[in-house]
Amino acid sequence: MSLDVPSAGCQDAPILKERGQREVFCGLTGIIWLHRKMQDAFFLVVGSRTCAHLLQSAAGVMIFAEPRFGTAIMEEKDLAGLADAHEELDREVARLLARRPDIKQLFLVGSCPSEVIKLDLARAAERLSETYAPNVRVLNYSGSGIETTFTQGEDACLASMVPDLAETSAESLMIVGALPDVVEDQFRRLFTAMGLDDVRFLPAKEAALAPSVGRNTRFLLAQPFLGDTAAALERRGAQHLAAPFPFGADGTTGWLRRGAEAMGVASADFDAATRIGHERAVQAVAKVAETLRGKSLFFFPDSQLEIPLARFLATECGMVPLEVGSPYIHKGIVGADLALIPGAPLLSEGQDVDLQLERCRTSRPDLSVCGLGLANPLEAEGLATKWAIELVFTPIHGYEQAADLAGLFARPLRRRNMIEAIHPARAS
Amino acid sequence: MKLTVWTYEGPPHVGAMRIATGMKGLHYVLHAPQGDTYADLLFTMIERRNHRPPVTYTTFQARDLGSDTADLFKQTCRDAYERFKPEALIVGASCTAELIQDDPGGLAESMGIPVPVIALELPSYQRKENWGASETLYQVTRALAKPCQQAERLTCNIIGGTALGFRHRDDVAEITRLLSDLGIAVNVSCPLDARPSDFARLGAAEFNIMLYPEIAETTCRWLEKEFGQKYTRTVPIGVGATADFLAEIEEILGTTLTPDTSTLRLPWWSASVDSTYLTGKRVFVFGDASHAVAAARVANDEMGFEVVGLGAYNREFARDVRTAASSYGVEPLITDDYLEVEAAIEALQPELILGTQMERHIGKRLGIPCAVISAPVHVQDFPARYSPQMGYEGANVLFDTWVHPLVMGLEEHLLHMFREDFEFHDAAGPSHLSGHSPAARPDPEPECVPTEAEARSIPISEIQWAADAEKELRKIPFFVRGKARRNTEKFAEEKGITAISIETLYDAKAHYAR
Repeated sequence: MSLDVPSAGCQDAPILKERGQREVFCGLTGIIWLHRKMQDAFFLVVGSRTCAHLLQSAAGVMIFAEPRFGTAIMEEKDLAGLADAHEELDREVARLLARRPDIKQLFLVGSCPSEVIKLDLARAAERLSETYAPNVRVLNYSGSGIETTFTQGEDACLASMVPDLAETSAESLMIVGALPDVVEDQFRRLFTAMGLDDVRFLPAKEAALAPSVGRNTRFLLAQPFLGDTAAALERRGAQHLAAPFPFGADGTTGWLRRGAEAMGVASADFDAATRIGHERAVQAVAKVAETLRGKSLFFFPDSQLEIPLARFLATECGMVPLEVGSPYIHKGIVGADLALIPGAPLLSEGQDVDLQLERCRTSRPDLSVCGLGLANPLEAEGLATKWAIELVFTPIHGYEQAADLAGLFARPLRRRNMIEAIHPARAS
Repeated sequence: MKLTVWTYEGPPHVGAMRIATGMKGLHYVLHAPQGDTYADLLFTMIERRNHRPPVTYTTFQARDLGSDTADLFKQTCRDAYERFKPEALIVGASCTAELIQDDPGGLAESMGIPVPVIALELPSYQRKENWGASETLYQVTRALAKPCQQAERLTCNIIGGTALGFRHRDDVAEITRLLSDLGIAVNVSCPLDARPSDFARLGAAEFNIMLYPEIAETTCRWLEKEFGQKYTRTVPIGVGATADFLAEIEEILGTTLTPDTSTLRLPWWSASVDSTYLTGKRVFVFGDASHAVAAARVANDEMGFEVVGLGAYNREFARDVRTAASSYGVEPLITDDYLEVEAAIEALQPELILGTQMERHIGKRLGIPCAVISAPVHVQDFPARYSPQMGYEGANVLFDTWVHPLVMGLEEHLLHMFREDFEFHDAAGPSHLSGHSPAARPDPEPECVPTEAEARSIPISEIQWAADAEKELRKIPFFVRGKARRNTEKFAEEKGITAISIETLYDAKAHYAR
């Protein structure tokens, strides 16, 4: 199907808003992928032992190739006097930058405890920027759980970079959101084939490659969780190009087309550049979709990728979404995908995990997409799961990854089938 | 403030979660911001538990801070009780909630919840995971243990097993079996698999077994004071320690025990000639204090290794480590900074590391084999098979798992003899471990640029290696090369030699011969 066909979809469906226990990561978790993407950046969390423990546990395997992140763990005396806390922070930063002269961007990342004691990291960043200019740029954002849910940490990080981007009046297209290098290169090639050879990406691999922004900048979001970054770019005069997200063949074509049209690419040039990739993705997805077709699907809220992924799995893989839960539903950003979701799944925003688990047990979906804390307990109840965190650690955007993305959902179902005879939760 | 990259221990409320999750029928209401729920995955993923930890979080957000977080806590407490109907509740705060000072304990006690409500005060900015587990167990015991009639048959309590512990599941089973063979039944084993109602019966046992001192010592002391129950001090890891442990029980009971040692294989495996090659292997031991001290004893007395370094990350038990270290003539390393541990290992160039998952990574980086002996845990530390560390089967397991990463005896000889063989060379790693061996490293011969790890171990003195001596050094397999370099330099330094020749190399070899 084409994404241009008008459809009622879920655009105006009612949304169940819940405010109970949330089983989600905080924004600090984004550091795990951001520190790999930005190769000259260091993320210094100012927080507690819990923050350090989270980063270590969420990383799953410890990245012992000296990670470009760390936690300045606050101690009793830092809580007693904020002046001392600033002094301590300056000392730790000095020590870090002396040991790592390759660092060009330092992010001071706020946490729950640093926010609660009102440790002013903006002021600290300003002060440290003056000290270390021009070699190191010091920025700050909050990844605290009281303000950010999981992927919102990346949003806060990118938003903190926007005011520092250079001004330009050139007509330009910017892609916003941390993408794996391989995906970035694929998109770059596609745009070049359409005649757009200066598409820029935020964040860039290195500080020196950061894009410029201005009134004639148009931007596509590569990730649906970047509301604050979009707002910051709009404040710099840039124009947001609302589009479906680039998951699967149709999603990718719809997303690319929005960028191409805005930049005045001729329709024939667009078709020539994208036809092969689109067809290849359709064929590859079709094979994987055999496992997925007709299977029901339940999303627990996690990364805000839920609505675009539900769109892909429903329209391109034939799955049937029963509930699509998301930490936040930003219709200005996911509206295009929302309009394409067929049927009448329950849309839920926020979470009350115990109530949601009850709904899940009642509807007994064929596949539940959930966080790591819920996956094994649901499997033990006989419900197949896909852990959601893999969706932010794996290349899933664009044509060439479309089948891999479908495969992430198909594999738990295939596995479940293969070991059915011995599965402890087998219905006897 | 202290910059930390990796931590050996989580915050104290994670210790409390280990107690609650190990038990049945106890529920933990934790005042904590959104995001702290990450801790659930420690249990569901690392330990593969098939149920959610019995923890309800308030998951407050910024908007709640403006209104009333205390009300949110009370509502959460009420809902959790209604939903889970536990036999007892523990309530407390994580690091952030500690700062907003809502007093979860006071709030919960005033709510009229019809089961015991146990308040936990776990200072997050001073203490860590093990302390949190110990304190929680102590508070739960104090609240729930009641004076009771002593059991008619001979029983004891096993105290200290928790969720997410290093081999706790199997250690508890092994010690239970060992005692049962000796006619001693287990009254209560806690907290692992115990219910709050079981705690009421603690006083019925004759004595207590302090299985993991880090977690159980405070509780065992209290039980001794309260119910007059003596408790064992020795952690029964290894042949000698298990014997000492049984001797302690004999003394407590005033009887003689005759254990069946027919399944204990470590002594003969260690005595058989194949093990000769283990003699004097230099090992570095690091972990929690109890496991590290126990492992050092096994390494020295039962495997015939030489302990060249011993340390622990939990300061609370530093004294035990210092005492043990002095008996091996080594400097104790008490630190929770893994960079310091890495530096110590790099300087000592041991042939084997007995450590935690952190040291396993350090070993991987330095090309030194490692066997894991202690928490912090990793999904690999929860094997499907029975794999205790304690008692007789535990000793057998230690032998196997410590020998496994090493190059085997005859293979070691062949590598010395035919160093130049293109297929059978040291960089290929032990032949039975192709999947685990250090990746083949490009050999910098013949120019012999020392590897980074080796270069850093050269003392900042005037000592220089002659090119041919350096080349000769490269002929020594990598798993002993670091030691040879270190010994030669130490020898040269002592003799006042500034230029190391092939002769110096062999003089040093003769000097350190054993």
